[in-house]
Amino acid sequence: MSLIEIVLGGVILGGLYALIAIGFNLQYGVARIVNLAYGEFLMTAAFAAFWMYTLWQVSPILGMVLSVPATFAANWLIYRLLMLPLVRRARTREQLEGETILATFGLLFVLRGLATLAFSANNRFYDYLGQPMVIFGFTFAANRVLAFGVACVLGVVIWLVITRTRYGAAVRALAIDPVGAQLSGVNVTRLSALAFAGGGALVAAAGTLISTFLSFNPAIGVEFTMKALVVVIMGGVGNMMGSLLAGLMLGIAEALCTYYIDSGLTLAVAYALFLIVLVIRPRGLLGTP
Amino acid sequence: MRRQSNLLALTAALAVAGTVASAAIAADAPKSIRIGYAISLSGVNAQGAGVTTLPGYQLWVHDVNAKGGIMVKEFGKRIPVEVIQYDDTSSAETMLRLEEKLMSQDKVDFVLPPWSTGFNLAAAPIFAKYGYPHLAVTANANDETDLVKRYPTLFFFLNQPIHYGEALIAVLNKEKAAGKLNNKIAMLSVGDQFGAEMSAGFGAGLKAAGYEIVLQKSYPLGAADLTSEIKEAKASGADTFIAASYPPDTFMLTGTAIAQGYNPKIFYTAVGTAFAEYGGNFKEKVNGVMGIGGWNPNLPGAQDYYKRQVAVTGHAPDGWASPLTYASLQILEQAIEKAGTLDRKKVLDTIVNGGPWQTVSGPIDLKTHIHEKQWGAGQWQKGQFVGVSPADMPGAQPVIFPKPAW
Repeated sequence: MSLIEIVLGGVILGGLYALIAIGFNLQYGVARIVNLAYGEFLMTAAFAAFWMYTLWQVSPILGMVLSVPATFAANWLIYRLLMLPLVRRARTREQLEGETILATFGLLFVLRGLATLAFSANNRFYDYLGQPMVIFGFTFAANRVLAFGVACVLGVVIWLVITRTRYGAAVRALAIDPVGAQLSGVNVTRLSALAFAGGGALVAAAGTLISTFLSFNPAIGVEFTMKALVVVIMGGVGNMMGSLLAGLMLGIAEALCTYYIDSGLTLAVAYALFLIVLVIRPRGLLGTP
Repeated sequence: MRRQSNLLALTAALAVAGTVASAAIAADAPKSIRIGYAISLSGVNAQGAGVTTLPGYQLWVHDVNAKGGIMVKEFGKRIPVEVIQYDDTSSAETMLRLEEKLMSQDKVDFVLPPWSTGFNLAAAPIFAKYGYPHLAVTANANDETDLVKRYPTLFFFLNQPIHYGEALIAVLNKEKAAGKLNNKIAMLSVGDQFGAEMSAGFGAGLKAAGYEIVLQKSYPLGAADLTSEIKEAKASGADTFIAASYPPDTFMLTGTAIAQGYNPKIFYTAVGTAFAEYGGNFKEKVNGVMGIGGWNPNLPGAQDYYKRQVAVTGHAPDGWASPLTYASLQILEQAIEKAGTLDRKKVLDTIVNGGPWQTVSGPIDLKTHIHEKQWGAGQWQKGQFVGVSPADMPGAQPVIFPKPAW
């Protein structure tokens, strides 16, 4: 295997990490909620894709038309009903973090428990586009390439929204300074709810894409929440470009480690990278905006 | 005051009378045979337990009660089965506490085993202490013969790990002798105790048989991508691919090999290969894939068992330990009927000496407490996971070789 091939494989995986992290960043960096139940929405979206595909042969990409808005709505409701009382009560950002960690930790178990009850703890897997696809003379699985492609499209859309629209400007303002944003006329509650719901929608998209090539069960959520947290902190809280960069770095580092050292050490390499970044740049690669 | 104490005395007398009366009825015939078990409904073991063990328990209870219960001669009638189920949350300590509770407090008539080798070996002393027959289906160990001597209530239904390696090597040897297979092996293993023990066991057997392991790598449980491993295996020049894998990675390795167009002559994955979902997902592509375990679906009652389990529990049995789970319960049922009593000591003796028992996995004799002769390796053939090795097993199918391209 050549270096280019390994790096390309890492980029494909890293693109998905970035997508998951950007969604988490919308919830943590903008809406200021540390959502430990974040990965559970990835899990539910994966199950939705699985059932739609196995029961009615609905293509997972088409199924996102249903699962992504549904997750958006569910997250919006969670913000309005569960998180808003905590936001209103919290005096400092630290207090809010502590309380949302506890609340979403509970939510994690509720969602996972319900999924286990409804779907059993079995690993699920379906074969969608599991064919070889040759790019630049290298073979990749078509479903992974598709997942990367969709992640790129979503990434570009998010980038355009954030840099070119009034909403995007408001989101950036909110990430930097909620009080200042409010003073300049941003409806903080409404925008936070939208950012939180938007984060949920992104992780639902990621869950659908991941389900096409990874087997999953009701307990997989936490692993992705942890990865998202690592990537977001590595890239800079509230900084979407930082999440993209850090996600890709993580994917490539894992791929290189798998090939040159041992895949058993990918987690160690990921955290080593995390430590190095934190020591050199404590506020993340690109910093907090 | 006086009136009150009279009332008290009366209630006490009635209570005593009530107990005596119900005790008398109990001696006649219990209203149910109480079966208890602690199993992993949540946590890391829940998947394995949910595929292999629990549906078998549910189906058996359903089947027995549909007949009106188990015929117990002592009472001259069929007695239905009542279940007490606990979730051990995949924690060994919890499981041990629950086993003790089932036997000492709930005082159930029989206890069905938990899931996994580790849990069953940990629970064996408790079963022995309380004298409950322990039909440990999902357990195996290299020192099975010593263990059943130490715990007289213990029975094994799965082969010792080394036998699985031998069963596969027998298949390889035949093709190698015919000059159709090179002596190179690419072997991957999941980075936990199972992967380490299995790859060590297989590796030793393979080296002794003159094979060269040209690639040996382990990967973490829950790895997100095994493309690089499959590419290395493809580049290794080995005709034989062996993975000491667990269900999630068994699925991923197969999917990746298909995507990478990797078609070794022998493609062997371990736990999960025999799952119905495996064939259900990859369909005819996995024709010729080999895996651990095996089953003879043409045995009398086997197809019927398969269909009933799907209908009753919604879970298709796997081609390895699922039928053995159901078989172990058929043995328990037949042993109770043959012994004609719920006395555990007598039932235990009957299990040992009353065989061979007719089951959905064929006849099983437990004289040595170990189900000796059984499948070591199976293969997906025409949408079913069937036993192929050892070749002298009744119903052994000829091996499809080389594995057809995906």
